[in-house]
Amino acid sequence: MRIFDPHIHMTSRTTADYRAMRAAGVAAVVEPAFWLGQPRTSPDSFADYFDGLLGWEPFRASQYGISHHCTIALNPKEANDPRCVPVLELLPRYLVKDRVVAVGEIGFDSATPEEEHAFAVQLQLAVEHELPAMVHTPHRDKAGGTDRSIAVIRESGIDPGMVVLDHLNEMTVRSAADAGCWMGFSIYPDTKMDPDRMVRILQQYGTERMLVNSAADWGHSDPLLTRATGEAMLAAGFDADDVDRVLWRNPVEFYGQSGRLELEGVDAPAGEAEPGPPPGSYAGNSLLRGGG
Amino acid sequence: MTTPAAPRREPDLPHHPAHGDVVAPPEETAALREALHRVLDPQLTERLATDLAEAADPAALLRRFPAAGRRYGRGLLPGAPDGWRVEDAVRTLLLLRLPPDETAAVAERVYREGDAAERRGVLRALPHLPVGPAGVELVRDALRANDPRLVEAAVGPYAARHLDQPAWRQAVLKCLFIEVPLRAVAGLADRRDAELAALAEGLAAERRAAGRTVPADLALIAPG
Ligand SMILES: [Zn+2]
Repeated sequence: MRIFDPHIHMTSRTTADYRAMRAAGVAAVVEPAFWLGQPRTSPDSFADYFDGLLGWEPFRASQYGISHHCTIALNPKEANDPRCVPVLELLPRYLVKDRVVAVGEIGFDSATPEEEHAFAVQLQLAVEHELPAMVHTPHRDKAGGTDRSIAVIRESGIDPGMVVLDHLNEMTVRSAADAGCWMGFSIYPDTKMDPDRMVRILQQYGTERMLVNSAADWGHSDPLLTRATGEAMLAAGFDADDVDRVLWRNPVEFYGQSGRLELEGVDAPAGEAEPGPPPGSYAGNSLLRGGG
Repeated sequence: MTTPAAPRREPDLPHHPAHGDVVAPPEETAALREALHRVLDPQLTERLATDLAEAADPAALLRRFPAAGRRYGRGLLPGAPDGWRVEDAVRTLLLLRLPPDETAAVAERVYREGDAAERRGVLRALPHLPVGPAGVELVRDALRANDPRLVEAAVGPYAARHLDQPAWRQAVLKCLFIEVPLRAVAGLADRRDAELAALAEGLAAERRAAGRTVPADLALIAPG
């Protein structure tokens, strides 16, 4: 099973996670820029964070045979802090970088006018840079927030095929499907969406435009739930090609619209087991702990 | 939304009043240009000519610099020094288009704002640029990184010329530590000294005590 996790915050994960993910079949990831739990207070700390998403984190991932990409944005939570809003002016310089495959996570958290402003401005940046957009749907008032997000997306004029609405559930999948957007589902250990519910949604809505992610971060989460979902699909009667479509070809198609996916060496078809380089090695060099 | 005029996080650019000397002899810079022309097809050659013509304007250079890998390729560049990639040579030529007295400041900016590949590109370019010692802080920055791609690019001819001896010794030691091959270190035969040999011996003793292998390259600086 080859797996592309289209939404995972690897900055918050350990090298043991990278090793376990690779062993489970994860060969590519997208790390969206989001908040870090602790609020930031200035654009400079965003710049350092974005630099890490473009520098250190892809290097860390490459040591485990995983191709790392990112999305860049001012997230909705911090869009409410006037000290952070100038991040919007930093974005154009990041949106031209290699491996930046979308603008995101953008969208609503508490549905404030400040969030709507940042959302709309960043959808325009996506259009200008010919990049997809990753839209986070809110955890509170999800149905209302999703519909409101779709209205902002429509108003922006962006092609809905360039947008993923993420963290969907049974209550919000229909409006996302009808809007023509891609549909993202975050599979969590206890609450929200689990593998079996995901399988039922796939049975009902099909596999087209469907993206399954772990959204693993610094909270209670599990980076191997993409694999668990693939296994639940097989157990429910989907075949290996359906699983490959949902867990690999769909994210490749969605983010491939950026023209900036780099999958050479990790995109072997399912079944051809590709062990990747030995853990801890990169281009013939091993990285030693505390080297310097 | 229009593109904002100036990014909020301007790095503190030192003012370099005049340009400085160049480390690499002109024929090495010319060889890079030729190596590049041998690998680019006619369409890319034409695109490069246009990009280079525009790059004399720093604003145009800032747009082209990040995209060099996806526009021209990331593979190793035959005919260039060991480890050079197509994008490194493109970035070097882009920086060479700048007015000499602006080169140091713009090189610093694209390094500070760059991803790992852009930073490597600036480090590779340094010996070809008329910046005198103004780029040495970038070399020091790269040597603090743990990314072997940056460390390898930082210990080239520019460091051999401009890095002081204690910092240079630490750079060589770091190469051993993170297994960057010592053939990447320019001027090794000229600059190695007894103190570097002693530092390397210390590393070897630590490795032996831990039952680990001693890097083979260590023999290049601590014979016996
Ligand atoms: Zn997220």
